[in-house]
Amino acid sequence: MSEGMTKTAARNIFFGGTIFFFVIFVALTAHSHLYIVNESTDVSSLDDAVARGKHVWEKNSCINCHSLLGEGAYYAPELGKVWVKFGGDEDPETGREALKAWMNAMPTGIEGRRQMPQFNLTEQEHADLAAFFEWVSRIDTQGWPPEPIE
Amino acid sequence: MKYQTQKLAYPYFMAAMGLFVVQVLGGLTVGTIYVFPNFLSELVPFNIVRMIHTNALIVWLLMGFFGATYYLLPEETETEIYSPKLAWIQFWLFLFGALAAVVGYLFHIHEGREFLEQPLWIKVAIVVVALMFLFNISMTLMKGKRTVVATILTMGLWGLALFFLFAFYNPANLALDKMYWWYVVHLWVEGVWELILASILAFLLIKMTGVDREIIEKWLYVIVGLALFSGLLGTGHHYYWIGTPGYWQWIGTVFSSLEVFPFLAMVIFSFYIVRQSTRNHPNKAAILWVLGCTVLSFFGAGVWGFLHTLAPINYYTHGTQITASHGHLAFFGAYVMINLAIITYAMPHLRGQQPYNQTLNMWSFWIMTSGMCFMTFTLTAAGVLQTHLQRVLGMDFMEVQEQIALFYWLRLGSGLIVILGVLLFVYSILSKGKAEQATA
Repeated sequence: MSEGMTKTAARNIFFGGTIFFFVIFVALTAHSHLYIVNESTDVSSLDDAVARGKHVWEKNSCINCHSLLGEGAYYAPELGKVWVKFGGDEDPETGREALKAWMNAMPTGIEGRRQMPQFNLTEQEHADLAAFFEWVSRIDTQGWPPEPIE
Repeated sequence: MKYQTQKLAYPYFMAAMGLFVVQVLGGLTVGTIYVFPNFLSELVPFNIVRMIHTNALIVWLLMGFFGATYYLLPEETETEIYSPKLAWIQFWLFLFGALAAVVGYLFHIHEGREFLEQPLWIKVAIVVVALMFLFNISMTLMKGKRTVVATILTMGLWGLALFFLFAFYNPANLALDKMYWWYVVHLWVEGVWELILASILAFLLIKMTGVDREIIEKWLYVIVGLALFSGLLGTGHHYYWIGTPGYWQWIGTVFSSLEVFPFLAMVIFSFYIVRQSTRNHPNKAAILWVLGCTVLSFFGAGVWGFLHTLAPINYYTHGTQITASHGHLAFFGAYVMINLAIITYAMPHLRGQQPYNQTLNMWSFWIMTSGMCFMTFTLTAAGVLQTHLQRVLGMDFMEVQEQIALFYWLRLGSGLIVILGVLLFVYSILSKGKAEQATA
């Protein structure tokens, strides 16, 4: 493909094309930014608790075992809809309690089972993490994940 | 070796090899935890070991890129590196930051976004290191000859530093966080790193084949052009299911499918150029790594990427072992192998010897490569099964993991083979050995 092309032509195509595609990419992410803020996520309910919950999620490096919206490690279950799985969408109180009870029971220590560490979260952190999961579960993810939640 | 300052590459390559060993030992540990889940579970849990595995990889690849730059830039620009002293300060600061990060992880000192777990002060140190480095190489480039190889390499390194700045932006909105997180991760490995990869490749081919620079540099433009034209909008394949608009499914599908082509072009180019050789270069092992790099990155990044990049397929495979299989072979084929190629090429020069231990080095190539391929096949099989059982039939995650346990055993076995290859490689470049003469 390069036989009939001069080096200068190749250079111009490279620089021109790169700028062209980069500008389109930036424009589309700018649009996506607005789409996220206005449509796919609920910014009005993104309160301090959710923000703190995200920090709890990060501080304990949950992403290096679990995935969230399919990204992360694949050693432990996907948690994008964990709030729904624990019944939080129907009864938030039940969801919070179930999540806390689950985490407090870790690690099980059962031989041959994957072990989730004990993170010793405070009451506040449990509540914040639950708020984060609740908020995340309501992100419009274009219908992902495909698995039935029940 | 014509220029004194090319020696600056040596400490970088040595540190890269040290961290390479840390990385694969981390991988071995993670692979072991997959089959013996209670192993280290109280002491150093999975998430910590995985952080060490991925971070050590990234840091040693960067060490290798820095070393490669210090090695090839004087020859390309025909001038010494602007400030050797700055290069040394940069080296120690970077090494200290890397080791501090790894030790810190063991004591649970880390942040929590995947691959960007470094504490804030280490992120700042990385930026300082990058600025020192960019200043140094840009000054070198300005006072010397601006060849295409040197220019593309410098562009890639500038891009690397610029996109890293998005690591400092961590909004509370998870969808936004994820969208900009890919500005670092995707625009690194499927963007500016490809510029670095292609220019190192071009340098090695110019040196070892004696083919006219004009031809190779024209190819270089074509390859990096293809890489960025497909790779920039190819970022869309990460924007399918994270709260971003639906149109990314079309854009991502089309453009990331095209990401196969720069890798295909690299294979054709490198084999074509090597066949045109006017020189019988004694370092056959380095040529083997160069050719291996293009082939394995074509399969790992290109083919294995294409395997799950179409949106309707990715809907089912997203976040399964398929992703892991692709990640392993892509990183190995593209960025590990280009580093091992330049290290194999440069080490004899840096240590003032004839290319030595060629046979051993080539053995390490075949052992490491077969280990990595087998690892990829086992993870692919695991991923296909996982996708079907979990995403199509709707089985529970942990139940599925029990169903695919056999593949994790096979993966662990392949990991052991890789480690054998890695140790052989390190030994082959560091030991004295018999100074093997160039064969006619």
